Amino acid sequence: MTDAMSHVNPRMSQEPVPDTAEERVSYLAEGHSLRSWLLTTDHKRIAILFLLSITFFFFCGGIAAALIRLDLLTPAPDLLSNDGYNRAFSLHGIIMVWFFLIPSIPTTFGNFLIPMMIGARDLAFPRLNLASWYIFVLGGLATLATVVLGGVDTGWTFYTPFSSTYSNGAVFMAVTAVFISGFSSILTGINFIVTVHKLRCPGMTWGRLPLFVWAHYATAVIFVLATPVLTIALVLVALERIAGIGIFDPRLGGDPLLFQHLFWFYSHPAVYIMVLPAMGVVSELITNAAHKQIFGYWFVAGSAIAIAVIGFMVWGHHMFVSGQSPYASAIFSFLSIVVAVPSAIKVYNWTATLHKGDIVIDGPLLYALGFIGLFTIGGLTGLMLAMLAIDVHVTDTYFVVAHFHFIMVGGSVSAFFGALHFWWPKITGRLYNDLWARLAALLIFAGFVMTFAPQFLLGYEGMPRRYHVYPAVFQPLNVMSSVGASILAFGYLLPFTYLLWSLRHGKPAGPNPWGATGLEWTTPSPPPKHNFETVPVVDKQAYCYPVGGRSEDSKPATQKAEPGDG
Amino acid sequence: MAEVSRPQPQFPTLARQREADHLGMLIFLTTEVLIFGGLFAALFVLRAEHSAEYVKSSKGMHLWLGGINTAVLLTSSAMVALMVEAVRAGRARLAKWLLMGAIALGLAFLAIKFTEYALEYRDGVVPRLSPGNLQGGPDALFMDLYFAATGLHALHVAAGLVLLGSLIWPFGAARSDSSAAFAGNAALYWHLVDVIWLFLYPTLYLAR
Repeated sequence: MTDAMSHVNPRMSQEPVPDTAEERVSYLAEGHSLRSWLLTTDHKRIAILFLLSITFFFFCGGIAAALIRLDLLTPAPDLLSNDGYNRAFSLHGIIMVWFFLIPSIPTTFGNFLIPMMIGARDLAFPRLNLASWYIFVLGGLATLATVVLGGVDTGWTFYTPFSSTYSNGAVFMAVTAVFISGFSSILTGINFIVTVHKLRCPGMTWGRLPLFVWAHYATAVIFVLATPVLTIALVLVALERIAGIGIFDPRLGGDPLLFQHLFWFYSHPAVYIMVLPAMGVVSELITNAAHKQIFGYWFVAGSAIAIAVIGFMVWGHHMFVSGQSPYASAIFSFLSIVVAVPSAIKVYNWTATLHKGDIVIDGPLLYALGFIGLFTIGGLTGLMLAMLAIDVHVTDTYFVVAHFHFIMVGGSVSAFFGALHFWWPKITGRLYNDLWARLAALLIFAGFVMTFAPQFLLGYEGMPRRYHVYPAVFQPLNVMSSVGASILAFGYLLPFTYLLWSLRHGKPAGPNPWGATGLEWTTPSPPPKHNFETVPVVDKQAYCYPVGGRSEDSKPATQKAEPGDG
Repeated sequence: MAEVSRPQPQFPTLARQREADHLGMLIFLTTEVLIFGGLFAALFVLRAEHSAEYVKSSKGMHLWLGGINTAVLLTSSAMVALMVEAVRAGRARLAKWLLMGAIALGLAFLAIKFTEYALEYRDGVVPRLSPGNLQGGPDALFMDLYFAATGLHALHVAAGLVLLGSLIWPFGAARSDSSAAFAGNAALYWHLVDVIWLFLYPTLYLAR
């Protein structure tokens, strides 16, 4: 064990840790009663509440995923009944999308870091922030109630008329759960936008905002503009379900496609809710690992906004085979290709930032690199799916399943773990063992690729999604996928052991273990209740790393305010 | 309440806190617009796909009651706007009268609306409830969407009335500055309720 413990992260500064943490009471020590947590308005404590809740739902969704992959080991339906399988994948989707991925990075790291990064003492509306958590928990309880009521078999998409007329699952309760959780998203979005507008400290101009904040600003705009449309769509499904008003029933004058339009008007931008914060995380991780200024700050910041805006105009690419007008399909196809441009800009800029950087390979960097690799594969296959001719061939196959898992799981979850490792010393005040972090990052990457790469092949050869009985010819690839899933599961479990271990046994982190530049690193770890003793004043651009990397003779960057930086 | 309002700890100045509250309210109202947007989309799709039935159902609406209600709500909104100016000018007494007038008109709107619902029940155009037995189809769907949209709007009117009602008591205290800020935000909400009705009215009543 001593050998492993000596594996201090090479990126971490070796200078003695200043004892600032003792001077002011940290946010964790502000009170230990349950009440002090459940009635807190401190954005950092609320972030921890969210972190615990979404981790719980991550495991719930993971159990459903494990059932699915076990059942798919063989072509026969030997573990789950047909109904049981439908319920397993629906539950997996609903929980993972709305109770893990959507809130994952924004409500935890966004909540914790946005005020600290912009030099604020809290979010603009702390009580609203706490309300957001309670609403989220209420929605989560409704989801669990759905399970108790026998589950739901509509898939996470709730397509009508199946969900509104024919399904015999607990659709109403499931829809209610998602409906409730939407208000949590809306409140978080309002809070983030107002905070970024009104609480930046002196000198923190828009051009000096960390890219993490830009990404969350774009995400918050989507939260606010997309979520209400899902809310009303779900209300209409519930009305149809209870009263049978016929809005989605063609026999009664309704139109089932209307639901798909309303649903994807939310749910396509929702993909960007999942991936934009991840991109913000990666921008921070990459600049710190390379120890240099981001390449093309305004391009990375602007592309986040571009993704948020164009992301609202591509929903029709989910409906190429639904019978929408071919002219509409052509336009949606074009716009879907256009939205790949800002994403590609980000990938190029990250790699250009690494170019000639003073790179140290450690846990957070490996997660960030994992994000870039998996996101690129997911993005390129997304371009294929945006092509009308290919999409018609692979709609509703495992090709699509693999594509969106590369983005949402390979991309976003990798970034989530990267953020967890990068800011863990700030959040908890403890250092973890980086050897384990690197091992877990590699396991997650390898397990992920082994799980989902075969699904591209399965889908291209014609295996449809949402079936658990399949021709024997598909078995080898399915076995490979299931074995990969078990490696992936192990990779996800690993951080929970060594990170929790570090809480008790890890060395104190000190305020800035990574030598990073953001304002959050100027505070003690863990930070005190209102973050900053005096209001910070910013006179530099973001990511002003010393010129010359980490070497002894590196000079402090002298980039002062420029007219062009906002 | 303290005589002098102090900003919450996260805000450097009280003025900044006011700006944040105002911006937060505006963004919240955006989400409200989008919630109704889904219902408007549903109505427009129905109109596009079943134009004849839509027009026929719309002609069955009580045009005059809807028209009077539009006037009632607009007048109420105007009084709320004047109320905010009165609070800013420190004329608490005038503000109180304007506010009570606005609330009275809001209540009148709800009363007229529910009278209308009762008349529609008598006309036999309430799907599944009226004895007239409106059978499922585009006509019934129009009425269902009408009830969903105006019902949701009536809920917002009620919420707005609660918000306006909560404004009555602070005028006595010497908190005109914070009252003005709160009154301004409450007024914004009331104007939104008004604006939504201004779009609902032609969509539902004037499609003829």
